[in-house]
Amino acid sequence: MDGNRQDQNKTILRVKGINKAFGSIQVLFGIDFDVRPGEVHALLGENGAGKSTLVKILSGYLQPTSGTIDVAGRSIELTDSSVGEDQGIVLIHQEFNLAEQLTVEENIFLGREAFRSCFLDKRLMQARSRELLQELQCDIDPDTRVQDLSVSDKQMVEIAKAISRDARVLIMDEPTAVLTTKEVKVLFRLINELKRTGVGIVYISHKLDEIEAIADRVTILRDGHHITTDRTDNLKPDDMARLMVGRGLNDMFPERPPLGGDADVVLKVDNLSVPGHVMDASLELHKGEVLGFAGLIGAGRTALMEAIVGLRERSGGKIFRHGQEACIRSLGDASDLRMAYLTKDRKGCGLLMQMQLRPNLTLLALDQYGRYLIDEERESKALSKAIEEFDIRVGDVSATAGTLSGGNQQKLLLAKIMQIDPEVIIIDEPTRGIDVGTKHQIYMFINELTRQGKSLILISSEMQEIIGLCDRVVVMRSGFVTGTLSGDEIEEHEIMRYATGLKGVERDDRISA
Amino acid sequence: MTELVRSMTTAMRFDFDFKTYGPFLALLALIILGTLVNPAFVSEANMTNMLTRSAFIGIIAVGATFVITAGGIDLSVGSMAAFIAGIMIIIMNTLLGTLGVGWLTILTGMALSVVIGFAAGMINGLVTTRGKIEAFIVTLGTMGIYRSLVTYFADGGTLSLDFSIREIYRPIYYDAVLGIPYPVLAFALVAVAGYVVLNKTRFGRHCFAIGSNEHVAKYSAIHVNRVKTLTYVLQGICVSIATIIYVPRLGSASASTGVLWELEAIAAVIIGGTVLKGGYGRIWGTVVGAIMLTMIGNILNLTDAISNYLNGTVQGAIIIVAVLLQRGNWRRKK
Repeated sequence: MDGNRQDQNKTILRVKGINKAFGSIQVLFGIDFDVRPGEVHALLGENGAGKSTLVKILSGYLQPTSGTIDVAGRSIELTDSSVGEDQGIVLIHQEFNLAEQLTVEENIFLGREAFRSCFLDKRLMQARSRELLQELQCDIDPDTRVQDLSVSDKQMVEIAKAISRDARVLIMDEPTAVLTTKEVKVLFRLINELKRTGVGIVYISHKLDEIEAIADRVTILRDGHHITTDRTDNLKPDDMARLMVGRGLNDMFPERPPLGGDADVVLKVDNLSVPGHVMDASLELHKGEVLGFAGLIGAGRTALMEAIVGLRERSGGKIFRHGQEACIRSLGDASDLRMAYLTKDRKGCGLLMQMQLRPNLTLLALDQYGRYLIDEERESKALSKAIEEFDIRVGDVSATAGTLSGGNQQKLLLAKIMQIDPEVIIIDEPTRGIDVGTKHQIYMFINELTRQGKSLILISSEMQEIIGLCDRVVVMRSGFVTGTLSGDEIEEHEIMRYATGLKGVERDDRISA
Repeated sequence: MTELVRSMTTAMRFDFDFKTYGPFLALLALIILGTLVNPAFVSEANMTNMLTRSAFIGIIAVGATFVITAGGIDLSVGSMAAFIAGIMIIIMNTLLGTLGVGWLTILTGMALSVVIGFAAGMINGLVTTRGKIEAFIVTLGTMGIYRSLVTYFADGGTLSLDFSIREIYRPIYYDAVLGIPYPVLAFALVAVAGYVVLNKTRFGRHCFAIGSNEHVAKYSAIHVNRVKTLTYVLQGICVSIATIIYVPRLGSASASTGVLWELEAIAAVIIGGTVLKGGYGRIWGTVVGAIMLTMIGNILNLTDAISNYLNGTVQGAIIIVAVLLQRGNWRRKK
């Protein structure tokens, strides 16, 4: 404790009482947070806990509604991300901020190009880039175009770019989400290197093992509140998990009666492959069942489901509906077989953000609304019904989908796919980035659907969701199905063992993407 | 018309909505200006003349509204018009011998022109969608191809319709039913059909969806490639209809036929409030845009205050102002 007090004088970055509201919705409540030189301070929390909002405030991308920010003991206002960078606070985004068409060197010096008289000093920038990359023990040629780099190399370039800006605080938002195990090791070595040079690192993740391995201190957020800040040594993974979730799982998930063993198989997939993503995956889905798909990001779950509903090319495998082989070559074929897919990419693939709710709702099932001309009156009725049924909270029905909150968008998307009255519903990360209240509602919808005899496949990266909702769980890893769990086997550690390759079919051959 | 009234009243209730009815205001301003410049402007003869002249660009622009709403662009329409006109003249001149001087020859020529327009649009659409090449590049290519083909067929000069056929064909441009010239009638029919298809059918809704976000369209079981190709086919058919009423006007086609029509058509679409990057389109706006472009030239003809040579300058300024006004509204909404 004494050590802590001494260190407090040395913080590089400290925020106090940060509140943040978007419109009427408050997402951060009086957060205190600080970073010291040469430490890794992990920021832990569920999706939607406010981690991303907090780091955007730390780096100047967002401004807090109230609260103070001190950099090296001086109070400042981060009015812009460039102000943050000038202060040595650099955020490495989840989606990289690199210009794909430019070279590594051009990216590193983007906006801070070196000049000799009025021309670019190419030679100096080349040499400096090479030096930086060498420091990171990374053998990328500065002349390579960023678009030709692997994901981990892109991350290295981001880090090199940050260091070239003399970063004092480096904020990494889920840096390992896109990395392989080997690449994670390289990243961790690099982080240790940076620590030695006195850089403070804010590390966001919800992988507890990583936090244990790399973090000196942990701050846990839940629903926008600061829960605790402590040394990593003082917290066991179980404590962290409990503090993150903060409530018994029973409160969140509806009670479900166990599924009878003799329910019909409504969907069966045999040895389906998607080039570069999935190898020989099989599954069986019973009537009224919720079948979970667990695994790390990039395990091939989404690719498998998109291939099943005809959104992706597949290179082999058979699909059966009610025991009959089905020919699904497009999403339209899947719809005709009463199968629906709810995308995880709400903004990119789910809804037309600039368009009103009505055309969004009926887009998938438009042929039901008139043979030649669209019956707009019937559409409006359908919208009123959907708004009520799915509790979509919208002030003005002529509003565009983009003006809805994430949770209401998700409910609209759910209403949209339900328009075709599907029997098999595949939902991909249905609660990503939405608030706890809406999450609970979506769980209730899922339960209600199975009660009506619909069958669901649920892809989720949130372990509690998989455990709380699913009758059986299929685990995937690197494109392979590694195990299927049911009953008491559905438990976090067991799932992680299959997901990380400690257990299950031993396949070391990663499918090259 | 009721729709117009409704949109006007909603616009009044909120603050001034340029986006919805700016084009009509601009048209009204132009009419007032024209009348002030020369009272002959509002004469029935002048009005009819103007509408007739705006029919070519107008019909092509209705097709362009579909292409642009679905997120595409077609630069080849001017060249395509010249090409179709040239081929049509060659066909009719050739058929003279077998089918004789009469409507049969002309109707065959017209039918074939529609077939060529259909095929040319299909080529633009298929190369864009199957070849995964940007529409700008594809249609820039076909624009050059059609232009040079018509020059080649005309041997660098002019292709002229046989005089005997021209006498019979002439009324299609110069005559009228119930006081409405045929070109205006054709324009009106194409515009109404375009309005219904774009706003009331599944195909139209799919155009909006694709232009807004192709991924969302794909994930909504829309056959994206099919719909996009169809927009180019519609565009091709519109070009052939425009050509059918254009040929009897001069009875000839040359390398300079339809030059810059593609830009005038796109300008009409944009003035009308359709979003260039897709996702939002408006047929009646396009109609107003096409009429405005012709009206500007007409007003400059009727006045000595500004040289007729500055036609392009005024048109250009109006296009930019139109888009500025529409965007001003976007920003306020946010």
